[in-house]
Amino acid sequence: MSLFRIFDVAGSGMSAQSVRLNTIASNMANANTTNGDATKVYRAKQPVFSTVLQGAEADPASSGVEVTRIVESDKPLEKRYEPQNPLADKEGYVYQPNVNMVEEMTNMISASRSFQNNVEAMNTAKQMMLATLRLGE
Amino acid sequence: MPINFDKALGSHETALMLQARRTGVLASNIANADTPNYKARDIDFKSILQNAQSSTLPLEKTQPGHISPSGMGAGNVELKYRVPGQSSLDGNTVDLDREKAAFAENAVRYQATLNFLSGRFKGMMGALKGD
Repeated sequence: MSLFRIFDVAGSGMSAQSVRLNTIASNMANANTTNGDATKVYRAKQPVFSTVLQGAEADPASSGVEVTRIVESDKPLEKRYEPQNPLADKEGYVYQPNVNMVEEMTNMISASRSFQNNVEAMNTAKQMMLATLRLGE
Repeated sequence: MPINFDKALGSHETALMLQARRTGVLASNIANADTPNYKARDIDFKSILQNAQSSTLPLEKTQPGHISPSGMGAGNVELKYRVPGQSSLDGNTVDLDREKAAFAENAVRYQATLNFLSGRFKGMMGALKGD
């Protein structure tokens, strides 16, 4: 019964969105983790989504989502002059992570909306299945 | 006259299977709303149901490589790509508002078909009991 596969599809969508929310949370938490070494500074992370076919017969009607990899942003880091900072390099500079708070916030809203949509789809499918079980009563 | 379930249930059985499948397609669209290069798909419900209902003779398959014409049964339904209302930068053609509206509409139609089927069953039960 194809209604059962909706749980897999919506579930994969929810798990992908929660990975996205996780990366957003760690980006925001590390937004001020400065470091004197540019190679060691935290860089904003982003998950990459791709379509995955569910089920053994690989039916295109039930295609879920998976996170294939997490990429780090290569935007330039902000360099600040803070000689009193214990982590500052020899010239007194520290590097700020390339996290854009506005981007992260909008990303977060989009992720939570998508998560809710998947929950709604799953709930509707559940109600449809329960109604099917009551058929003929 | 024997009771024939295929005739008694009419096209509602095919319709129910199609609607269940369409739910899966639309749920896939909703799940892939943020996947780059995903193309939204849907089932052309009306034409497939018409094909399933029409009493034309099926084409004979004499070779294993012969492909059956689209929409001969509810099992192998041809999926069509949706025409995007507005294009997006990442190549994704899912319009969440449209998908959600179609999903809700499909769920209501499914319930309606269930009600019709339920009525058919009740009718048969009444005929069998005969009191």
